[in-house]
Amino acid sequence: MKRLGLAATAAVLLVAPAAFAEDNIVVGMTLSQTGSLNVDSLAQQRGADMWRDQVNAAGGIKVGGKSYTVKFVTYDDQSQGSRVQQLYTRLIVQDHAQFLFGPYSSGLVATAAVISEQYGKLMVITGGAEPKTYELGNKYLFQAITPADGYLKGAVDALHSKDPHAKVAFVYSDDPFSKAVIEAAEGQSKEAGFEVVMNESYGPSTTDFGPVINKVISSGADAFMGGGHYPDSATLARQLYDQKANLKWESLLVAPGDSKFATLGPAALGVSTGSQWELSVKFTPQFGPSGAEFAKAFKDKYNIDADYHSASGYTAGMVLQHAIEQAASVDPEKVTAALNKMDVTTFFGHIKFATDPGHHGLQVAHDMVLAQWQMKDGNLVRNVVWPKAAASADLLFPIPSH
Amino acid sequence: MSGIVASIIDGLLVGSVYGLAAMGLTLIWGVMDVVNLTHGSMIVAGMFGLFLLTAGLNLPPYAALPIVLAGGFLAGLALYWIAVHRMIGRPPLMSLLSTFSINFVLIGLGTAVWGTVLFNVPVSVPGFTFGRYTFPGTHIVAAVLTALLALLLYFFLYRTRLGKAIRAVAGNRGAAELVGIPTTRVLSFAFALGASLACVSGMLIATLFPFTLLSGDVYQLKSFIVIVLGGLGNPTGALVGGLALGLLEGLLTPFMPVSWTAVIEFALFVVVLIACPTGIFALRRS
Amino acid sequence: MTDLASTHVAQRRDSVLRRPFFWVIGVAVIVFALAPWIGNDVELRESFMLATIYVILASNLNVMIGYAGYINFGSIVFFGLGGYICVYLMAVPQWPLAAAAPAAGVIVSALALPFGLGILRLRGAYFALATIGVNEAVQAFVTNFKPWGGASGMYLSTALFKPLGGPMQALWTIYFLLVAIMGLSLYLSWGIKISKFGLGLLAIGQNEDAASVMGVPTPLYKAMAYCATAFLPAMAGGLYFFKGAFIQPSDAFDLTFSTEAIAIVMLGGQGTIAGPAIGAFFYEQLRGWLLTSETFSNFQLVAAGALLLVIVLFLPGGLMGWLYQRWPRLSRWIE
Repeated sequence: MKRLGLAATAAVLLVAPAAFAEDNIVVGMTLSQTGSLNVDSLAQQRGADMWRDQVNAAGGIKVGGKSYTVKFVTYDDQSQGSRVQQLYTRLIVQDHAQFLFGPYSSGLVATAAVISEQYGKLMVITGGAEPKTYELGNKYLFQAITPADGYLKGAVDALHSKDPHAKVAFVYSDDPFSKAVIEAAEGQSKEAGFEVVMNESYGPSTTDFGPVINKVISSGADAFMGGGHYPDSATLARQLYDQKANLKWESLLVAPGDSKFATLGPAALGVSTGSQWELSVKFTPQFGPSGAEFAKAFKDKYNIDADYHSASGYTAGMVLQHAIEQAASVDPEKVTAALNKMDVTTFFGHIKFATDPGHHGLQVAHDMVLAQWQMKDGNLVRNVVWPKAAASADLLFPIPSH
Repeated sequence: MSGIVASIIDGLLVGSVYGLAAMGLTLIWGVMDVVNLTHGSMIVAGMFGLFLLTAGLNLPPYAALPIVLAGGFLAGLALYWIAVHRMIGRPPLMSLLSTFSINFVLIGLGTAVWGTVLFNVPVSVPGFTFGRYTFPGTHIVAAVLTALLALLLYFFLYRTRLGKAIRAVAGNRGAAELVGIPTTRVLSFAFALGASLACVSGMLIATLFPFTLLSGDVYQLKSFIVIVLGGLGNPTGALVGGLALGLLEGLLTPFMPVSWTAVIEFALFVVVLIACPTGIFALRRS
Repeated sequence: MTDLASTHVAQRRDSVLRRPFFWVIGVAVIVFALAPWIGNDVELRESFMLATIYVILASNLNVMIGYAGYINFGSIVFFGLGGYICVYLMAVPQWPLAAAAPAAGVIVSALALPFGLGILRLRGAYFALATIGVNEAVQAFVTNFKPWGGASGMYLSTALFKPLGGPMQALWTIYFLLVAIMGLSLYLSWGIKISKFGLGLLAIGQNEDAASVMGVPTPLYKAMAYCATAFLPAMAGGLYFFKGAFIQPSDAFDLTFSTEAIAIVMLGGQGTIAGPAIGAFFYEQLRGWLLTSETFSNFQLVAAGALLLVIVLFLPGGLMGWLYQRWPRLSRWIE
């Protein structure tokens, strides 16, 4: 009797994992739980996690009569590129991830992309805006956010509408993302007729921007654009205020897109940023939730407001799901083909990927908006101010001096 | 021109705080030949101390100073007995490694508890505006407090018995023992003092800039540069070295892209080390 | 340390091939190479690859730390510069890997000579600080250096893997090359140790002034050690970053890496050959396990630090030191 029981258990144990594996879709990714990128990486992850939970609660992804549960396998990359490659290899080889999401930040995405291409695994990226990664001849990368050159285009256009002859100072972090953004923004500024009076980068671990801000003041600039990721952009905002630089215009990368930015108090007023998504910008989605539904679900689940990082994380999942459903298969080649054909509108915006080998995967349809922190009834709120068609408030220009 | 002057003055203000940070490090190194790699985490501890005291207890920022000083002292004592005591007398590599590993533990615990998010302590002190340039009030207060603390340290080391005992042990431990100085207790006190200085400097830095758990590394590296400039074992030299570093940063920025400042700083560091390894104001020539 | 020197003198007379350790190294290297290959175990290869890098860094570092007593905190600068030179040579003038990697090794070694002569005039902690300064200065410079991509770094297109048979095959080739370099590092550090040069270095480590008085050409020996131990890490850097197809300053000159190498030398047993190798292997396994373990991933720094603290406080001779104490005969077989 005992032997039979043992054999039965063994049989179940042998069959069960196989059965499980059949009905699972394993998505692998690293996130920066520790290290300087963790604020934004966690925000992105919350969005992705929420998508997974919603999909599974609705019974999983349905393909040809079968329901697949989505499983995430995640590791902490510590905001360091050196671990990313080992971890993504592990995700592919040991954890048998069928699909991958990219890590957060362009530098890490570049290293991860090498692995996904080497092993031929599809990777959906919402954390890497730098275009160079997609220009090296890849087949399996898909960028669901606007590339770097879109981050400050809105800022340049908005500024131009108020001050066509602005003097602009660019001060930005020496990392792949910020460099790519500013390179593009400088070109856009010159085209717009601005005078570029300063263009300098600082080491990513710089904490004291006093000297460089004095330089900005000396240069006679009236507009400031730059920053990097959350820590340095937030510090720049604070020190520009403390040192009474009194610039008419400040556009900083990443940080103003986070609700935490409001904790800077008066230093946050008037600061604008390129945003991949804002609640007030309404798209009519062809599938998935509306912006309001997404924001509400997010607030209910996490008790904080969704920002564009979370929205992009959620979108990675949505896009993958839609591609699987359109392909009616979990076969990577078919899903890749579905992604290549995709041309859809979601709450996040319009999504379409470039398919020519020189730029494969680059996002070509999604647009960014310009969000600015303004006062409303004594509170700091973030409003969309550009483009005019999507705006929920008027542009605040110049930033009130003190 | 006024831009350059403003840069220099601001550089000196901030540099004084770098000097304070380095004073603790150089004291410990000079007295017991220990390279204290927990220096960075003591600085961060001071930063967090300020944050917790102002956010949690609603204390006015500068009132936290004595608390941070005392807390840092106690932490330093604990560190001494855990990681440093057994390493006295051994080659510096050993104390370097033991403090390095404790640093790992501290940063790891901190990360597990607080994460590496950015913390900001809003401190508003009216600044001093001169033309187009403003010297934030916080910078001025920090520099003034640094000067006060440096003065207090000087009086302590040169006018009190305990201070003299520390200097005696630093000069010749064996001889100090012979004269009846309880050297182990003196060493532990000196280490704790160095740690508390690091904590206080962290607190002052937190009034100037936002910080994360990982900020300690940057200031630790700056402290090393400062003590090389100012001379090992000499707290006054550390202050001067800090001012020199701040001056350098202020002077270079108007003339070259900000990203080159680091190259010059480190290259200068290596050159000064090679040219006069005991620093410009060395207390001991070794 | 005196035991080390006397064993050294006693063993000098045996020819290299008759000494068991020569074969021990050889076997270990072959096992390392074959273990992932036989099972086509890609994950094992990846983790072994990182372990090999640690072994290369640690065993070369051991020559400076364990023999000559000079702590090089910034040894990663060789690895990073080697990586940059190799990647640059492959990306721009399009050299093949077989030429670019050794070239990187040679150039970095050549650069190490003037740098070394300068900073090796310093002693103890001053030297350690100077090595940090050198690493940071080089990193800051490379971050500004446009031909090498500045802060964004350099990318290698996947087409460069074609001469090696495509990405999947290339990864294996690179692994074997790294294992070969690891073997060379072990043989090099051992060879130095049993040579007259090594005797001089050990003497410097014991008491530099006495050694100088006794006729050891200390500045020359130190500089030679500094350069010789730059060569293989530079080549390893070239291979590592070629494999990753991407290099940027913050990865190439990461001080944590070289501090870990120091920890490994201490953990394994400074001055021994097997020590850094075994230490590197276990450290890599430990950290990798901690990084991916559910319970501990938040505590990896704590655990790594606590382990190191225990070793430093209670087992300063490291693993090998402890093993030799218990089984003194072991030193005949594993040095």
